[in-house]
Amino acid sequence: MLRPRLIPALLLQQGDLVKTKRFRDAKYVGDPLNAVRIFSEKEADEILICDMDATRVGTGIDYRLVSELAGECRMPMTYVGGVRTADELERLVSIGVEKVGLSSAALGRPDLIRDCGTSVGRQSVVVVLDVQAGSKGREVFTHSGSRGTGVDPVVFARQAEDLGAGEVVINSIDRDGMRVGYDIALMTELRESLEIPVTCLGGAGSLADVADLYRHVGVVGAAAGSLFVFHGRFDAVLISYPSWQERDELYSVSTSPP
Amino acid sequence: MIGILDYGLGNISAFLEAYSRMFIPACRVTDVQTLGQAERVVLPGVGSFDGAVTRLRSAPYFGELVERVVDDHILVLGVCVGFQMMMERSEEGSSAGLGWIPGEVTFLDSKEPGSRTPLPHMGWNDVVVNSDSPLMSGLDESRFYFLHSYRVVTEDVGTAIATTEYGSPFASVAGRENVYGTQFHPEKSHHWGLSLLRNFAGLSPC
Repeated sequence: MLRPRLIPALLLQQGDLVKTKRFRDAKYVGDPLNAVRIFSEKEADEILICDMDATRVGTGIDYRLVSELAGECRMPMTYVGGVRTADELERLVSIGVEKVGLSSAALGRPDLIRDCGTSVGRQSVVVVLDVQAGSKGREVFTHSGSRGTGVDPVVFARQAEDLGAGEVVINSIDRDGMRVGYDIALMTELRESLEIPVTCLGGAGSLADVADLYRHVGVVGAAAGSLFVFHGRFDAVLISYPSWQERDELYSVSTSPP
Repeated sequence: MIGILDYGLGNISAFLEAYSRMFIPACRVTDVQTLGQAERVVLPGVGSFDGAVTRLRSAPYFGELVERVVDDHILVLGVCVGFQMMMERSEEGSSAGLGWIPGEVTFLDSKEPGSRTPLPHMGWNDVVVNSDSPLMSGLDESRFYFLHSYRVVTEDVGTAIATTEYGSPFASVAGRENVYGTQFHPEKSHHWGLSLLRNFAGLSPC
């Protein structure tokens, strides 16, 4: 039985591990290599690494750091940040990254998704959409949430699938760090619209929120930052991640009838 | 010494890291000299079938590798696309495979109506062992990480060592004589993966 994936999502800023709220107020959380090592010891399903500076500040891809992080991972790693060409994506795959996320560049130039799929195979091409969903409707943003595009996430996700993406990650800007639960409505619509795997990031405050996502969307990727790096009311930094048994229970509870 | 074949695709360092953790000597194979030091080899792989085959065929050690696998019967473990390359052909491309295991690679499409199996097959799935191969020793109830849209179909069902269910069952581990392969990624499958890599290191030469 294929299981849903529970994925720690780690943000990099100037080589440090940070955590944001609504894509702002980056708080220092620690050393990325150390964190990856701990999640590897805890046998995490996958890990997602996002370099916030690579596109927004224009620092580009830190291949040395990415390669070190991939070497520490005994689970698959997805890297997102600053990838603009199929060559860059291929280089990341060759240094040990299983999946590479395209974000800003794919919005500006959707054909990039096709080029990447042709060069490394669709299983390694992930499209990451930063989404703001408010009363005025929903929209994909780029450059770490600083630029609106007017594009609808589900419409673009379908286009990405047609072009050869192997996975779509929805990152909810307005839920980031807020611990209010996942955007179930958007994920349900996305799951019904796509044939490729989907992953949700942003809003998880507890494992109950994760179970809620599984219950409504089924076998899906559930990614979270705060949930796995903060502890308690004052957000003390403490890395935690459920055991295999706890993960199995979480999934079986979510699929059993109420 | 276990040689990890480097031809520009696949996570070589993850295999080296895994073996180093278990204190099992392993090295990166980039040329004929480094291949000469290896008494068995791992053939990793990601990406498309044709891309991987083309790159491997242009590796400086390719001729030597074929001789040692086919004539000297050194043990080889193919992983993911590395496994698929060892078959004769693939629906994914037009290049000829290595032909070390009789059979082919087909699209992992569930023909059953109404079944919803997103592709690629991505994530942790059960691996059910159906032979007493020492490669899967101690792994009767195991799960591994999968990331693929194509699957191996062996000509001789007896060469399928383990199966996995996704839409329909397929061979997740196969092998005969000195040639083995896994569709999943043992180098990215935590303690189950380490056990399998340790088992491969301990297989008796043919």
